[in-house]
Amino acid sequence: MTKFERSWHFLTRYIDNFLLGGILLIMLVGLATLYSATDGNLNRVTNQAINMFAALIIMWLVANIPLQHMMRLALPIYLVGLILLICVALFGDIQGGARRWLNIGITRIQPSELMKIGVPLMMAWYFDKHATTLRLRDYLVATMLLLLPAWLILRQPDLGTTLLIISSGFYVLFLAGLSWRIMAGLLISGAVSLPLLWSMMHEYQQRRVLTLFDPTQDALGAGYHTIQSKIAIGSGGIIGKGWQNGTQTHLDFLPEKSTDFIFAVFSEEFGLVGNSLLLLLYLLVIARGMFITVNASTQFTRLIAGSITLTFFTYIFVNIGMVTGILPVVGVPLPLISYGGTSMVTMLLGFGILMSIQMHPKLVKT
Amino acid sequence: MNRTVELRNHLRELHHFQVRLAISTGFVLFLFLLLFARFFYLQVLEREHYHTLAEDNRISISPVVPNRGLILDRNGEVLAENYSAYTLEIVPNKFSDLEAIINKLATVIPIEEIDRRRFKKLREESKRFESLPIRTRLSDEEVARFAANSYRFPGIKLKARLFRKYPKGKTFSHVVGYINRINDKDLEQLEADKVSANYRGTSHIGKTGIEQSYEKELHGTVGFEELETDSAGRKIRVLSRTPPISGNDLTLTIDAKLQQIAEKAFGDRRGAFVAIDPSNGDVLAFVSKPGFDSNLFVNGIDYKNWDLLNNSIDRPLNNRALRGIYPPGSTFKPFMALAGLELNLRTPQYTISDPGYFQLPGSSRHYRDWKAGGHGKVNIHKSLVVSCDTYYYGLANELGIDRIFNFIGKFGLGKKTGIDIKGESAGLLPSREWKMKRHKQKWWPGDTISVGIGQGYNLTTPLQLAFATMIIANKGTAFRPRVVKRIQNSKTGETYERAPELLYKLNLNPDNLELVRNALKDVTQPGGTAARAGAGAAYSFAGKTGTSQVIAMKQGEKYDESSVKERHRDHALFIAYAPTENPSIALSVLVENGGHGGSAAAPIARLAMDYFLLGKLPPVNTEKISVVEDLEDSHD
Repeated sequence: MTKFERSWHFLTRYIDNFLLGGILLIMLVGLATLYSATDGNLNRVTNQAINMFAALIIMWLVANIPLQHMMRLALPIYLVGLILLICVALFGDIQGGARRWLNIGITRIQPSELMKIGVPLMMAWYFDKHATTLRLRDYLVATMLLLLPAWLILRQPDLGTTLLIISSGFYVLFLAGLSWRIMAGLLISGAVSLPLLWSMMHEYQQRRVLTLFDPTQDALGAGYHTIQSKIAIGSGGIIGKGWQNGTQTHLDFLPEKSTDFIFAVFSEEFGLVGNSLLLLLYLLVIARGMFITVNASTQFTRLIAGSITLTFFTYIFVNIGMVTGILPVVGVPLPLISYGGTSMVTMLLGFGILMSIQMHPKLVKT
Repeated sequence: MNRTVELRNHLRELHHFQVRLAISTGFVLFLFLLLFARFFYLQVLEREHYHTLAEDNRISISPVVPNRGLILDRNGEVLAENYSAYTLEIVPNKFSDLEAIINKLATVIPIEEIDRRRFKKLREESKRFESLPIRTRLSDEEVARFAANSYRFPGIKLKARLFRKYPKGKTFSHVVGYINRINDKDLEQLEADKVSANYRGTSHIGKTGIEQSYEKELHGTVGFEELETDSAGRKIRVLSRTPPISGNDLTLTIDAKLQQIAEKAFGDRRGAFVAIDPSNGDVLAFVSKPGFDSNLFVNGIDYKNWDLLNNSIDRPLNNRALRGIYPPGSTFKPFMALAGLELNLRTPQYTISDPGYFQLPGSSRHYRDWKAGGHGKVNIHKSLVVSCDTYYYGLANELGIDRIFNFIGKFGLGKKTGIDIKGESAGLLPSREWKMKRHKQKWWPGDTISVGIGQGYNLTTPLQLAFATMIIANKGTAFRPRVVKRIQNSKTGETYERAPELLYKLNLNPDNLELVRNALKDVTQPGGTAARAGAGAAYSFAGKTGTSQVIAMKQGEKYDESSVKERHRDHALFIAYAPTENPSIALSVLVENGGHGGSAAAPIARLAMDYFLLGKLPPVNTEKISVVEDLEDSHD
């Protein structure tokens, strides 16, 4: 092997090309949309490109971690995340009315992001450990492992992250074979506890849910987001208004247009055709995730791969759902496209795990 | 047997898992289809509806920009104000051939070369959909002419805007600062501070000086108009209106007249002048020369003027009073003298015999006094009056750098004063630790010797020198220097007086302090280094001259002023306070490459104090204050 071949091998050894290709394509779409959403602010676009690059490096590092190590890391990551969440509750920084950040001297961190990976890792690890004899008790323990951090995050309050973590944990339970009867029971008790959840929600969250049913009720307040994004998407038509030509976007009618509502910008400018192509790109990444999940060799890797893939899907569905007005506005970014470094890193960390599962020699059950 | 069961279990489990995964995949596909259906509904079936909403009548919320607060001097003289004027604005993105449309416009309204240059620079710096002024401050006649022709220029709009004006631009450029258009960096800062909503519609933001430091007070709160508009964005009617709240007015501690006199006294020399009221830390004057016309920045500065300011060898954009760092030279000596007395290394009677140089024990190197042959017998009083170097070489050596650093640090040298203008320099009071960190070298005894006369690694800002002088003037009390005295709420008319901020009180022996203060008084008397500047003053004032080297002299080399290039000449310094009992002003003067403190810097202080204490205006021809070359009584 030449020197070049060797270093190329070193760089790409554990990288799944199919997955990487999909991710990069979506990122490119993201940068182009961001350029338009910020009225050609190159500063922002460069920042985002740097975010992406950093996240890709993290993905590469994670992909290089052998699976045995990953398993050993599950418990420590979960425990550290839990302790940090408790620290946030006790002495976190308040920003915008929510206590989500923890100041650790050098920088501020948001431990709930860590738990997006930490919770499914921990649950998958737990199920793997008790794989031979899964009983009801095991599902109960796993559910507790999920609900404790979810409760801590809900009271920060951060509804979006809570829902994402609960769904990632639920996917693990579901794939691990939680019986249908219990799920039905959960569904019913969930419906019963809805009023309780409602009373725990903050006023702004309640308003967001209410305006879902009738956005015009509060047209200049909480409903403004959805009304304007629906106008943007609808007026985009089949082929869209063209890149950088969205009037809703550029005349400043769209709020949060570079972060949570960036899909409206894309949709206004690229229309139904663009939307369908973007959905297809996302679908390809999800399909690859499913493929990796099916081929995974152990309980642990199967569960974690499945949960990561389905959570990725959940992000997409919840974000597009809220921008198109079929779900309430809960503050979930559009993966790989919304401006921001934190969610980019979380997302690619997950993909790193998928790659590690696919590319490392399979573990064989002994 | 057991193994088979486990294997069978394992296979069954795998099968279960695959079923579950298949269900999930179906779930994903179903929801994606749902999303697609939603797109289809919005973008195909309902497209017309939303298209109409987007293009036709709509309710838009349009910001109403608040008036920026005024900036006044302590006597109510206006230093920054607003006026409203018409501008012609273009959204560049709407025209394919911008040059042509501007040329066409020029046939109706005069558009100068400078307007085009400024417009070009604005375009490069702003967002694509932003409305930019091609002409500002239209006369009534021009407004009428454009209005009559406006049908020929769709997309060019006549707008009434508020402009910032600095009536005394050049004199106050470094205190008041200026505002300029909001750029990407400002925008990010505003977003990080979560105030970007309050800046909707605002085009300008404070960039330097008070305009920057008090941006929050000056800006005000944005108002909103709910408008019904047609497809071209034209206003049909106003549905509701929340009026803006104007920014707060600021009253400065600066005395505009004093500032003008001091500024003028510099003529065309470079330098800085800072005066502080020792009883409360009020900054009375804050001059950095040369200044620049702040008004140039308000409408966006053009390339030519920008290059002129930015590339000038005089560096007019540099705030010397706040950020300029210079060796304090002999103005350091009063603090050294206090250190010697307070730490019991010197008594009033202690006398040295000055041969004109100092030698470290065991070294052959001569540290020269500024006066060849020396000053003869010198005690501490005389050491200050004639500014004897040899006395302080010896004292510095005995004190050592640690004690110098600890004692003189108390006077604020080498530290930020915390004045309410952003961007202050800390300067440098050297220490053993600093040298190790910065130069990875240990401290040599020889380093201490030059520090003792304010040279060596010593660097101070003119503001710090005025601050330190204030502490001597009011017998040990340090107030934080401040430029804003009063903030007036524009909505309620309520005024908020900022109380003076007492930083600390130094515990100094009154006898020692009196000794130094007496010596400083005699500096301005016959025989002192500032005798000429002090001659004929109707009040008594204390001062200390200083001269700081710009280029290092080799040992034994004689300083010959005429042969040294102007830019390599020494800086002239002077610190002073007056009246000597119960002072009402403490100040520092720095004249870059001015030569001697006594002849170049002290006369500026005298003119300023004459006005401040007696109300005496300087003679009309103060443009050039002659630099007298009298080595005997004006050196150092």
